[in-house]
Amino acid sequence: MKTRLMIGGGAGFAADRIDAAVAVAEDLAAQQGPRYLIFETLAERTLALSQNQSQREDREAMMLRRLRAVLPICMCSGIRIVANFGSWTPERTAQVIRDLSEELGCAVPKVAVVTGDDLFQCFSVEEILQLASDDLPAADERLIAANAYIGAFAIAEALDNGADLVITGRVADPSLALGPMISALGLAEQDWDALACGTLAGHLIECGAQVCGGYYADPGFKDVPDLAWVGFPIVEISDTLQCLVRKAANTGGCVNRQTVIEQLLYEIHDPSAYLTPDVVLDMSEVTVQELGDNRVLLEQMRGRPKPDTLKVTLCFDAGWVGEAEISYAGLTAEKRARLAIDITRTRAEVLFPDLPLRCDLIGVVSAFASAAGIGEGGAAVSTEGLAAEPLSLSQDVRVRVATSGSDKAEVLALLGEVEALYTTGPAGGGGVRLSAVPRITTASALVPAERLSPQVIYFESTPQQVPRHA
Amino acid sequence: MPESMLQVPLHWVAHSRAGDKGNRLNISLICYDPRALPYLQDQLSESAVLAHFADRSPSAVRRYTLPQLGAMNFVIDAVLEGGVNRSLSLDRHGKTLSFHLLELLVKVPSSVIHPNHAAAPFGS
Repeated sequence: MKTRLMIGGGAGFAADRIDAAVAVAEDLAAQQGPRYLIFETLAERTLALSQNQSQREDREAMMLRRLRAVLPICMCSGIRIVANFGSWTPERTAQVIRDLSEELGCAVPKVAVVTGDDLFQCFSVEEILQLASDDLPAADERLIAANAYIGAFAIAEALDNGADLVITGRVADPSLALGPMISALGLAEQDWDALACGTLAGHLIECGAQVCGGYYADPGFKDVPDLAWVGFPIVEISDTLQCLVRKAANTGGCVNRQTVIEQLLYEIHDPSAYLTPDVVLDMSEVTVQELGDNRVLLEQMRGRPKPDTLKVTLCFDAGWVGEAEISYAGLTAEKRARLAIDITRTRAEVLFPDLPLRCDLIGVVSAFASAAGIGEGGAAVSTEGLAAEPLSLSQDVRVRVATSGSDKAEVLALLGEVEALYTTGPAGGGGVRLSAVPRITTASALVPAERLSPQVIYFESTPQQVPRHA
Repeated sequence: MPESMLQVPLHWVAHSRAGDKGNRLNISLICYDPRALPYLQDQLSESAVLAHFADRSPSAVRRYTLPQLGAMNFVIDAVLEGGVNRSLSLDRHGKTLSFHLLELLVKVPSSVIHPNHAAAPFGS
């Protein structure tokens, strides 16, 4: 295959590793042709949390940490960056990036900011709630964000117009990679198979190391070399719609048929109909072929016309979620831990009858515990979700109590019941930790695609600013 | 002579990754040896998987099969106690549940078991 472009995955989530992205940038810097580095850092709830000024400052600091590590390499080598960092004030975003570039002594990138995902700009709250396609939350939960997953063509337009750094809000994750492919190959909106190829490429690298042996190791079954330094991925795409996935040079991990198939099916429902704003990807006939040396070739992806609607994530302010933990160790640890749960439940039923209560026994059963472990309204709590018979060998167990509510003080008061076990509970409890954090709930909606019109805002002197589809 | 069939945890035959979308979970299942796939297709019906997750009260399971990849994809509805933003569970995403699927017992020819575990039959 003759490679036409390369796209590196620089982050799969907001807290992803920065050194791994540097290895991708260094690898790309040694290559020729159109090269791009994408960052996926926008979790479902981030846009809702970013209503808060300190959260916006944290997001901006995260963006600058990432750019500080890769921008000099990228600007020297012609690697263009596409990232869903989010931008609440595009002018400020462009300014802080200009300041960073000057501090680093590298060329100032031409920045483009893609907007248009925010439904609050063109819909009323009532209209947005009417769009919701699944169960709406309780009436006391307030809608605080509604963002559509917009597609790749606005990103491509920004790149066509010379942007070195494209910053988006909510876009479909694979579109971060498809945008560069559309721009590099000059694709049209009806090139369904080509759009499917780029979407699949984006899907493979959008989770960072997850295609390179990250989130894969199972000692004795699936061993991964040098996992501590697992690499991030690079896809190479050809005119012939072949997609080669590999990992950055001089990194750990592995790319093989198994790692690729695990990521291929990650978060997929019907493999013949993966809906995106750009295309419906059919991966039911995809072939996966190992070429050796941590290189895997994918072919036979098919595309069908895109849906008429865009997916929207609605975020609601739903009060607070609180968690408290306490440890018991040594002989009879599990019996004392169960007594601690009984005490907490008994008192919560009386003192906090309106708060839900969930109790886990970490070290006995927790992650697999059933919904029966949850008590709604305090009265229905039971121990059915926990293993019925104590395990004689459990000598280090941790009680976890979780609740939620609209009143932070009440949530903290229930958590205080666990802290009080220090002096009032079974013998030998220790290591109490409490936390209460804002609870953001979500729902999905569909909006007719023509109701939203993504815009690209340019900073610095771009050679031309022509809409891609005039 | 017909090959002997062994009862083993699914974990010895296939690997898996879970991903969440709202209150819906997908769990992929990928055979170490694609020749295992027909045996797993016979035993891992939608209803069998629904029953395996019964204590989470899922409403439905949909199975997709990808023969050229030696893989299946299970989509399990309403298994996440409301989903990542509502559940009070420790693992709100249900990411650990891939390894719950792998606890199922299946009967397969010994030749399709992961080579590191083919020598010692489960439970012997």
